[in-house]
Amino acid sequence: MNPTDLIDRDSLRDDIPDFAPGDTLKVHVRVVEGSRERVQVFQGAVIRRQGSGVRETFTVRKLSFGVGVERTFPVHSPVIAKIEVVTKGDVRRAKLYYLRDRTGKAAKIKEKRQPFNR
Amino acid sequence: MSQVWDDQNRAVAVTIVRVTPVRVVQLKTQDRDGYAAVQVTYGSRKARTLNKPETGHFEAANVDPGKRLVELRVTDTTDYTVGDELTVDLLNAGDKVDVTAISKGKGFAGGMKRHNFSGQGASHGNHKHHRAPGSVGACATPARVFKGTRMAGQMGSARVTTLNLEVVKADAERNLLLIKGAVPGPRGGMVVIRDAIKGGK
Repeated sequence: MNPTDLIDRDSLRDDIPDFAPGDTLKVHVRVVEGSRERVQVFQGAVIRRQGSGVRETFTVRKLSFGVGVERTFPVHSPVIAKIEVVTKGDVRRAKLYYLRDRTGKAAKIKEKRQPFNR
Repeated sequence: MSQVWDDQNRAVAVTIVRVTPVRVVQLKTQDRDGYAAVQVTYGSRKARTLNKPETGHFEAANVDPGKRLVELRVTDTTDYTVGDELTVDLLNAGDKVDVTAISKGKGFAGGMKRHNFSGQGASHGNHKHHRAPGSVGACATPARVFKGTRMAGQMGSARVTTLNLEVVKADAERNLLLIKGAVPGPRGGMVVIRDAIKGGK
């Protein structure tokens, strides 16, 4: 084991749910305003997940008043209070950059059909 | 290199250095040697790989032979005695240090890589001179190239010191030191860490 792995393990989080590009997430972000801290929710579709280990990041895209907003978070960042997976998306690629050129119904991501639970 | 989170949840790029305890082998004093320094060694070395002068030197100090001998300049040697072990807990988070090592070798490098020259045009009729350095001087006066003119040559594999690096964390339990930013040399290379001599705190 490398010393780097030992240090990395301290900053890794284990409370992050499984999610992949195409999923819709609610990212609860800690926002510090002066001395007060509150939690803000950023909801949108994951369009990319890149990197590995402590350096892994993901990008969430949403439409805010008709303007596309993308925000990139480190997966293991302490800024994230909680991640909720709202829907699982059915997509065919790892990077969903094509969503940037689409609006309305064309930008909709199909929902993944869950296997029947017996 | 790796990264850790600081108290404001920002990512800080760090280099992780394993600082094994070093043993004091000899004290150089102002009276005897003309300068004050602590000579230290680290790691371990088989006795049969030592030559006689080295064996004698370690035996005189009654210290286990180590990989190398390194001298660290100090203002006063009275705080140290031969046989002492110096560990990473001498350093604390927030301290400024200088890190010295042999930099990664880049081989025989051209002017663009070695001195950040701009090179020449990719087009406009340029022919086979895209990465050439250009002019190295004037004509009949001085009729020579000045010494020290920057040209192609060996790059890297030189002793480099990076000044005023910040210690992010000193982990005495695991003998690890986290230094903010990059340090010279390849992965697994040997580095010398000392207190910052300029600025710092």
